[in-house]
Amino acid sequence: MITVVEAGRRALQSEMRKNPAIWVLGEDIRHGGVFGQYKGLVEEFGPERIVDTPIAEATMVGAAVGAALVGTRPVIETRFSDFALSAMDELINQAAKNRYMFGGQGRVPIVVRMPSGLRKNSNSAAQHSQSLEAWFVHIPGLVVTAPATPADAKGLLLAALRGDDPVVHMESKELWETTGEIGEDDDAVPLGVGRVARTGSDVTVVSWSSTVHEALRAAELLQGAGISAEVIDLRTLWPWDKDLVLESAGRTRRLVIAHESVRDGGFGAEIAATAAEELHETLTDPVRRVATPRIPLGYSVPLENEYRITAPRIAAAAASLVGEASGPETFASAQPVALVHRETQQ
Amino acid sequence: MNTTILAFAQLPETVDPAPQRLLDHYQAMTRIRAFEIAAEEQFRAGHILGMTHSAVGQEAVAVGVCANLRRDDLITSTHRNHHHALAKGVDPAAAMAELLGRATGVCGGKGGSMHIADFTVGMLGANGVVGASAAIAAGAVQGLRLLGSDAIAAAFFGDGGINRGQCLEALNYAAVYRLPVLFVCEDNGWSATTRASTVTAGPGVSSRAEAFGIPAVSVNGNNVEDVDNAARELVQQIRDGGGPRLLHCRTYRLRGHTVTDTAQYRDTSEVERHEKTDPIRSCAMRLAQLGFSKQEVTAACEEEENAIEDAVARALAAPWPCRTDAFRDIQDAGAPVQP
Repeated sequence: MITVVEAGRRALQSEMRKNPAIWVLGEDIRHGGVFGQYKGLVEEFGPERIVDTPIAEATMVGAAVGAALVGTRPVIETRFSDFALSAMDELINQAAKNRYMFGGQGRVPIVVRMPSGLRKNSNSAAQHSQSLEAWFVHIPGLVVTAPATPADAKGLLLAALRGDDPVVHMESKELWETTGEIGEDDDAVPLGVGRVARTGSDVTVVSWSSTVHEALRAAELLQGAGISAEVIDLRTLWPWDKDLVLESAGRTRRLVIAHESVRDGGFGAEIAATAAEELHETLTDPVRRVATPRIPLGYSVPLENEYRITAPRIAAAAASLVGEASGPETFASAQPVALVHRETQQ
Repeated sequence: MNTTILAFAQLPETVDPAPQRLLDHYQAMTRIRAFEIAAEEQFRAGHILGMTHSAVGQEAVAVGVCANLRRDDLITSTHRNHHHALAKGVDPAAAMAELLGRATGVCGGKGGSMHIADFTVGMLGANGVVGASAAIAAGAVQGLRLLGSDAIAAAFFGDGGINRGQCLEALNYAAVYRLPVLFVCEDNGWSATTRASTVTAGPGVSSRAEAFGIPAVSVNGNNVEDVDNAARELVQQIRDGGGPRLLHCRTYRLRGHTVTDTAQYRDTSEVERHEKTDPIRSCAMRLAQLGFSKQEVTAACEEEENAIEDAVARALAAPWPCRTDAFRDIQDAGAPVQP
């Protein structure tokens, strides 16, 4: 059993051993990275391949575009997805469009690692906690990955490193310490293929990244109420496994999408619209989205709790589709396993 | 590193370039001029769509710098890029076809005037975003160094680009890693409709490079010999491992910002004054001084003009891209399905 952060570290290390063209740039990489993603790497690969940069995200990504065009495979560590916003021209106007604009002459095989989302006990507030995957799935040219488990943290990073597309690799900060089995192989997880995390028959819950774990806890709660929920972990957001989702929702005839990031204009909207287009005669109920309200993340605990997508909230949404009139409080007695919701003194 | 702004006068004595070299420069500049004039004509005829940015009057900057680059050295450029592309060796016919949006264009009609690129001659791409390509050039040579190549890059940008954060970050980045980049600030005095000096604080372009410890030279960008001599010296310093350099070329934008811009915001007397320092005309006078006959010079000019005329004719006859081209070369995983 190893952690998500260690799974990614080992995947990067093994791939860097095999492919001398892979190198990493970002802040404090030689120190091991903020979350330990790069521990031991500068000792093994040297300072030419593990490069500490100035605080200049735009130039990290811009330089990586150039380095990729000439044949290397840079990995950019953006430290927090919120900081990657300084590199939007470089990611969207340069990396995503270079191959097309120049008529197919070049390839931009960069991996942009974005630590994203809430982190337990971190209370990092509005500028250190965003999940902006909706921005990047919207951009032609980009691939977007979002592992929820150590096995996928390894497998999707390997896929990203081996492909020729620019990949935005969204890594939930909540999940760094989550453990799981990863296997001895160095197999990539195929891009665009989701995973059924739990089979069920009454309702389909689609999710990704940290919310997958809440969805699985929600499925436990629902089972207690006699509802069988199927949980899908998309793993890749672009391209996303449409066939998997449509087969499942076509069978259960009820669809809930749960994600941590703003509901309005979130990627759940794309999935919901697709389901409405393809399954409008099959679904028995409207598609429900469980996602963050359109608020920035506040600092204090009660404010952050408004933002969290919890198992009771997901369970309540699923139950409402099955016809049970219930709110999250119906399921609130369950204690989440890994998350710590600190109670405030009223 | 002891950093000083090297005024041109302080550069070591250089031997005049061999007369043939100057004739080559003249020929390259007239090729560019003919191309840009033809582009203006094709735009007015409605065959070039969108916008195009003329480099008329700025030919010496491109030719003087690129004369010192190998084929495997790289350049990056900006929205006003045709002169850089041609000087680096992009085929004028392929470039003209690109401007006309044809399938035979150097980018298959998918980039257009602002996005000329030809990786086979080291033209790593023009950019429609001001100041964006400086970092791309810096990263490219950082990657090449990792791959064991000693190729260098010249990153062209303008007087507007030097104010952009991305460009300044790229200067710092290149200096930190001692990257072999020649930053060329092609200062034509005008950022679209705004006089560059009114929105640029401090002592000027070269001092900004000096602030990062990057030695800089400022030259008359309309004298191709001055540009050539300065670029030769700086390129050699870069190849010798000296880290990045900056070449500030003072020139003038003789046309409007785009081909449709009549530049009413400028005094015609100012433009007329600068027309007198046209780099091609002064090069022709210099060739005469060096003993070239008027016939030789005219013949060189005509050869280029004929070649451009031919390039235009071929471009006008070339096929358009087909529908499927709109859906190709986007990405491998998650490629779009053509409806």
